[in-house]
Amino acid sequence: MSTLSDPQQGSFRLSMLLNDTRYRSATLQVIAAIILAACLFYLYSNLAENLREAGLNIAFDFLGAPAGYDINQTLIDYNSQSSNLRAAMVGILNTLLVAFLACITATVFGVIAGVLRLSNNWLVRKLMAVYVEIFRNIPVLIWIIIIFTIMTAVMPAPSAFRGDDPDSTMLFDLFAFTNRGVYIPGPYFTRGIGGEDGSWINWLLVIATMVAALFGTRAVTARAEAKQAATGVRPNTLWINLAIWFVPIIILLTILGLAWDIPALSGFNFGGGLKIGGPLIALWFALSIYTGAFIAENVRAGILAVSKGQTEAASALGLRPRRVMSLVVLPQALRVIIPPLISQYLNITKNSSLAIAVGYADITATLGGITLNQTGRAIECVLLLMAFYLIISLLISAGMNVYNNAVKLKER
Amino acid sequence: MKKSYILGALTVVGLSASAAAAATLDDVKSRGKLNCGVTTGLVGFAAPDANGEWKGFDVAVCRAVAAAVLGDPNAVEFVPTTGKTRFTALASGEIDMLARNTTWTFSRDNDLKFEFTGINYYDGQGFMVPKALGVSSAKDLDGATVCIQTGTTTELNLADYFRKNNISYEPVPIETNAEAQQQYLAGACDVYTTDASGLAATRATFENPGEHILLPEIVSKEPLGPLVRHGDNEWGDIVRWTLNALITAEELGVSSANVAEMASGTNNPEVARLLGTEGELGSMLGLDADWAKRAIETQGNYGEIFAKNIGEETPIGLARGLNAQWTDGGLLYSPPFR
Repeated sequence: MSTLSDPQQGSFRLSMLLNDTRYRSATLQVIAAIILAACLFYLYSNLAENLREAGLNIAFDFLGAPAGYDINQTLIDYNSQSSNLRAAMVGILNTLLVAFLACITATVFGVIAGVLRLSNNWLVRKLMAVYVEIFRNIPVLIWIIIIFTIMTAVMPAPSAFRGDDPDSTMLFDLFAFTNRGVYIPGPYFTRGIGGEDGSWINWLLVIATMVAALFGTRAVTARAEAKQAATGVRPNTLWINLAIWFVPIIILLTILGLAWDIPALSGFNFGGGLKIGGPLIALWFALSIYTGAFIAENVRAGILAVSKGQTEAASALGLRPRRVMSLVVLPQALRVIIPPLISQYLNITKNSSLAIAVGYADITATLGGITLNQTGRAIECVLLLMAFYLIISLLISAGMNVYNNAVKLKER
Repeated sequence: MKKSYILGALTVVGLSASAAAAATLDDVKSRGKLNCGVTTGLVGFAAPDANGEWKGFDVAVCRAVAAAVLGDPNAVEFVPTTGKTRFTALASGEIDMLARNTTWTFSRDNDLKFEFTGINYYDGQGFMVPKALGVSSAKDLDGATVCIQTGTTTELNLADYFRKNNISYEPVPIETNAEAQQQYLAGACDVYTTDASGLAATRATFENPGEHILLPEIVSKEPLGPLVRHGDNEWGDIVRWTLNALITAEELGVSSANVAEMASGTNNPEVARLLGTEGELGSMLGLDADWAKRAIETQGNYGEIFAKNIGEETPIGLARGLNAQWTDGGLLYSPPFR
């Protein structure tokens, strides 16, 4: 015999949907969902109707058609006969390149400025405060344009390097700083696998060797720690680690026949070597110093969040200030620093779309700029751009959250 | 920049229904102002002068249409557009017509659904280089860095030309003519390429125009003309025939100086039809009889507009060339007013 009985049938009244706390939240959510769906449907039907009246349609066929224009910085093979999709890929890689570089340098600038802003030295402290306040409070677009304008106006044109008595000379005969960019010696392999076409295989080999070396040294360090834990004596790993780092890579580079391509004047520009274009430098540098100022504040907040007792305790153990910072304070501060750091990385990635101001061929300039204009497919291009930035932002966010989980306080 | 595309796309979404369905003529009349898209500034074609008043060859077309439709050549709201924003502005209804150095191409006419209402300047793409570079032909430009306004037909022609001649170049994409000028003068690019008329206009503003030369090669056909949205034929006709009226006026010897006199009495029936003293041409357009007279009176005929803004007497110094009347060996040929 059961003591439980079914809920009374018929006791449910319609007004309970609003009055009864058991149902109210669900009711409101259903209403909100219906309103949202109605709004989306209205926008979509409006778009569809307007496009139909204008005789247009949404189609992505244009992605396969030849782009017809040239791009000044391409990390993959591209020419004007390549498809619009290929041009978009070039743009995506350029966006990722500048975002990656700027994230690294912004972090370096930010950590240095953030730590120094808490320095006991009055001058250093104030200088860093000035840096943070100036760069944080002027829009990044202005910084990009300022840096680019200064570069084009101040640096010499390649023609200044010509002649018997040129106005400008190359630094160490290796580097040329021009208003079109910086030319540096470029590495190549004389005995590389696969010749010209296979050059990326060679670089893959180099990277693989370095990754292997990283794991090698980590294994050596782990063994040394295990031995220290067991015996109290830590074996000297310095020479082993140096050997793991350098011997394999030197052997590999010798086998492949590493050589350097020195930039030299040819025709209108410098030829040979690697060119780091002016737009890339301006964008990279501007994003770095601008976002660096924000990261500096994150770092300062993180450090201030660590209890002063931690510093005092570490000092009492006899650690020098530098080691107190790197061994005690920063590891704890990371827990506070990383969540806002994620959004700074997202900001860098999104702000890289300002590249168009200096003619850097990122995804906004190729797909969302030239392709959009040449094909007139505004809606399709903007949709694709939105999808790209959304996906990239979610990926960065996900990756950084994994790291955040690794360093955050483990609550057991 | 990104924001403007999204807003642009949204305005396409929001506005094009009303714009495509309603008659632009009624909109313009009820607003009392013509919204005319022009360049962000190209001296001689469209640029504000020291008093902030828009002047130029393309501006005159806008003013002529405003004079014909609204009776006031100053009832124009000039909307500066870049190579990138111009089509969105027109498609979304932000502007009623676009009178800008815009090339009539197949895909713009058919794929983008615009209607070109004629050609007010026959142009072609050229190259400008500093004299000091010692280049005398575009074929010598192998490896050069080229400043180019992005989103234009010149961008595509440039790629085609260098590809065809099997020489390489490095493009520097630039948004506006002013930026291009700055980059070019700073030596950040060896060559500036755009329509030859635009090059001449840009060079005229340089401190030392003599230090720069236009290379002899003209690598493309660039028929420039005003355009309107597809689907509003009445409005398209008004813009088309206002331009034709200016061209016909020159051919028939009607100028701003003698238009009043000719309107009071002439023995040339085509002039009489043009100026509305004979026939019903104005009402066929949905305008009054004096529409063409007002346009010619306030702006002058095509030849006057050319001479005043970009002709050989101006700093821009363009010869009539292809833009002479068909009777003088040029390409200007308006259908008859009959």
